[in-house]
Amino acid sequence: MAYRLMKGNEAAVIGALLGGCTHFFGYPITPASEIAQGAAYWFPLSGRMFMQSESEVSVINMVYGAASAGARAMTASSGPGIALMSEGISYLAGARLPAVIIDMQRSGPGLGNIWPEQSDYNMVVKGGGHGDYRNIVFTPYSGQEMLEMTRDAFEIADTYRMTVFILSDAYIGQMMEQVSIDGPVFHGKRKDWAVYGDAQSRNNLITSIHMNTHLQKEHNDLLQSVYKQVSADLVDYETIDTDDADIVMVAYGICARIGLSAIRVLREQGVKAGLFRPKTVWPFPACAIGDLAARKTKLLVVELSSGMMADDVELAVKGRTEVARFGMVGGVTPKVEELVQAVTDMIRGGRDA
Amino acid sequence: MPDTNEKFGRSSVFYDTFERRGAEEKSTHYCPGCGHGTVQKMIAAAIEEFGIQDRTIFLSPVGCSVFAYYYFDTGNIQCSHGRSPAVATGVRRTLRDAVIIGYQGDGDLAGIGLAEIIHAASRGENYSVFFINNAIYGMTGGQMAPTTLLGQRTLTSPNGRDQFNDGRPIGMAELISVLPAPVYVERCSLSTPKQVLKTRLAVRKALRYQIERKGFSFVEILSPCPTNWGMTPIQARTWVTEHLETVFKLGRLKDYDEDVPVPADPVLHPIDDQQMLTLLTAGGIPTVKTSVEKRPSRSFKIGGFGGQGVLSAGELMAACALSEGYRVSWLPSYGPEMRGGSANASVICSDDPIGSPVVDTPDVLLAMNGPALDAFEHTVAPGGVILVNSSVVNQKTRRTDVSYYAVPATEMAKEAQLISAANVVMVSACLAVTGFLSIQTLRESIPRVLRKKAFLERNLGLVDATITYLQQQEII
Amino acid sequence: MNYVEVHCDECKGCAVCVSSCPHGCLEIGDSLNAKGYPYVRFIKQMRCSACGLCFTVCPEPAALSVYTSKEE
Repeated sequence: MAYRLMKGNEAAVIGALLGGCTHFFGYPITPASEIAQGAAYWFPLSGRMFMQSESEVSVINMVYGAASAGARAMTASSGPGIALMSEGISYLAGARLPAVIIDMQRSGPGLGNIWPEQSDYNMVVKGGGHGDYRNIVFTPYSGQEMLEMTRDAFEIADTYRMTVFILSDAYIGQMMEQVSIDGPVFHGKRKDWAVYGDAQSRNNLITSIHMNTHLQKEHNDLLQSVYKQVSADLVDYETIDTDDADIVMVAYGICARIGLSAIRVLREQGVKAGLFRPKTVWPFPACAIGDLAARKTKLLVVELSSGMMADDVELAVKGRTEVARFGMVGGVTPKVEELVQAVTDMIRGGRDA
Repeated sequence: MPDTNEKFGRSSVFYDTFERRGAEEKSTHYCPGCGHGTVQKMIAAAIEEFGIQDRTIFLSPVGCSVFAYYYFDTGNIQCSHGRSPAVATGVRRTLRDAVIIGYQGDGDLAGIGLAEIIHAASRGENYSVFFINNAIYGMTGGQMAPTTLLGQRTLTSPNGRDQFNDGRPIGMAELISVLPAPVYVERCSLSTPKQVLKTRLAVRKALRYQIERKGFSFVEILSPCPTNWGMTPIQARTWVTEHLETVFKLGRLKDYDEDVPVPADPVLHPIDDQQMLTLLTAGGIPTVKTSVEKRPSRSFKIGGFGGQGVLSAGELMAACALSEGYRVSWLPSYGPEMRGGSANASVICSDDPIGSPVVDTPDVLLAMNGPALDAFEHTVAPGGVILVNSSVVNQKTRRTDVSYYAVPATEMAKEAQLISAANVVMVSACLAVTGFLSIQTLRESIPRVLRKKAFLERNLGLVDATITYLQQQEII
Repeated sequence: MNYVEVHCDECKGCAVCVSSCPHGCLEIGDSLNAKGYPYVRFIKQMRCSACGLCFTVCPEPAALSVYTSKEE
């Protein structure tokens, strides 16, 4: 078995190439620039298109144009850039165009700084742009997963005609790990709705505007039915040592990695601790978390925000068990012993660790 | 009548009936006397004349012409406000042979979308832009536009546009024409039949240049908006002549030099799947697990100043461990710290999946300078190892519960005339004193990690020199 | 014989064609079309040169058609 040692940011580019992405539109921003830099190197080398745009606003509209023309297109950015793209992402949703976007989250609000946070959760998972729409959101926690999720994102985006987000953070992007690269290489197929500039597609129209309330309702109902289908098809998560657990940490991305270390320490101490790791945060694994709640398993939600995913956890729990929030912001990540302490406190009955 | 031919009539590029507008509908949604219909008929006629209907993709903007796709029997894409040039770019980079028509109003192009049009023009995207300048926001009901004239009354300049409050109108054709890339820039008008005929020629030329792959064309068209100007269609045309044309001068600002050959645009040639996999897996590290039993995990912290090869020392360590079958993680300090000043890297090697990649209590600390020793020596796990670069670090560790080693890494690297390779000395010494990974693995890993292949021999020489030094000092 | 055919339901009565015709062949009539617009009428057939200016300046795709005699 041969591995390459690479950063999460590079793994994303490799995943995109394997996923059949042919167009990358980028704009520099730390800590996501390495994705654009990697694409600028790898895409032309493999006969695919990379270009740097004048702004994130333009980037997302270039993605819109390329997707309209049937391409598998993507971009990558961090919070401030994703915020600028939000209008375009809403248009992608309205026009039912597939796209893949990577968000390497950094600290906010405002300019914030380049250290990791997970505070784009609400923007990416709940919408960000205007209108009643959804993005499919994957949360990789390793270089290998970054590659595989980015690769698969293109198939999924095409299948449901939706934007797929890879919601990651500066640590996962900057960290280097062993990554294995295997086939097959995927490719986009001709889409019967896209505009190719030929006779067959001449009657196709890409638009998000609808003529009257009846048509607008019909369209919006269609979007909701797609979202319902996605919710049935795509929920993904990993559980580690949850079966007998008295307390389970719920975390994604870098927090899930730290959580994994913490439950090992706790298990050595004889504490029945587990880890629940959503791999998709929309659709959110509400049923599986509900099952834990029904068993009265205590939940500690660990995230690099004041508690954004925790809101979704509480909605799934519906008051059936105790939920505590361990949020850390400003680019600081929790230490393993801090999580161990928080779990220990919670077991002893302290709330809001 | 059997003895006559239709000389001018409905273009076949328009749908027979505008079903997207309404069943059996044959007329447009534009107000009486609006300039949009006139321009769109010219575009349709040119598309028909060039025989490019199947290839054409019309980009509808936001504004009154948002519904251009009701009419054009071509591919249609509706764009968000101002972003049509970015969408055109995305389409162009995907479809080399499509004929792309950008059609934008003054608020769309000269206001909210100014950056997009300037950059698409500056890149010389091969497409044709028709800029309908009627000096007002039409669809929203008559607000001030970037091209509204000084003194012109609109809903948001009720006392007339004031240069101190509102600035002066923007001449887009002039602005575009000073860029090097556009091949054709002309400003036309719909004021009189004569000007309409000139506009028709400009529309045709802008499309022809695109078909010939000559590059970016921009045709600004001064167009009447009788409804929002509060005039009859005839009065509105007179107002174009008497007011708009005095501020926005008509004429050709730039044209393609026919003596210059058309530059070849790049064509992408995607490689096949096997070539792709070969390309991506190049540099892969063959992994052979050196033990069937589970080995203890090890964590490393490497600290120093930027330029000492701190991060690549960590990468080298991780590459060695990977080739001996460990799972590895490498995490840099990054950001402002990375640009000069201090740097550190965390490396973990384990037979289990690695949890946190952050190393808070390293088993081994490699201190390449004094501040790194100060910062991290107290974090080292009891029974761990501290290895310092004694060329730079003068003090000894205060810890008594760790093994302490000193190697003059910088001096040895200097001696080998490769001062940047002090990190190789440190990694060699680390592996030699801990016995964690074999020196042979290190020798095999250096070429995989090393970026400047010319220095390979000197790097390998430093591995030997380090071992020799440690033996002479009876450290190993 | 040259002539201009008016598809009266597509005409919005803006009269731009009337003012553009070099030979005064067109005028706005008194009656209203199905949409409530007064519409253009073709008069003075003998003077029409089939120059097409009326069609070219007209904002509507299908309000006017211009015919010219077949050349034998």
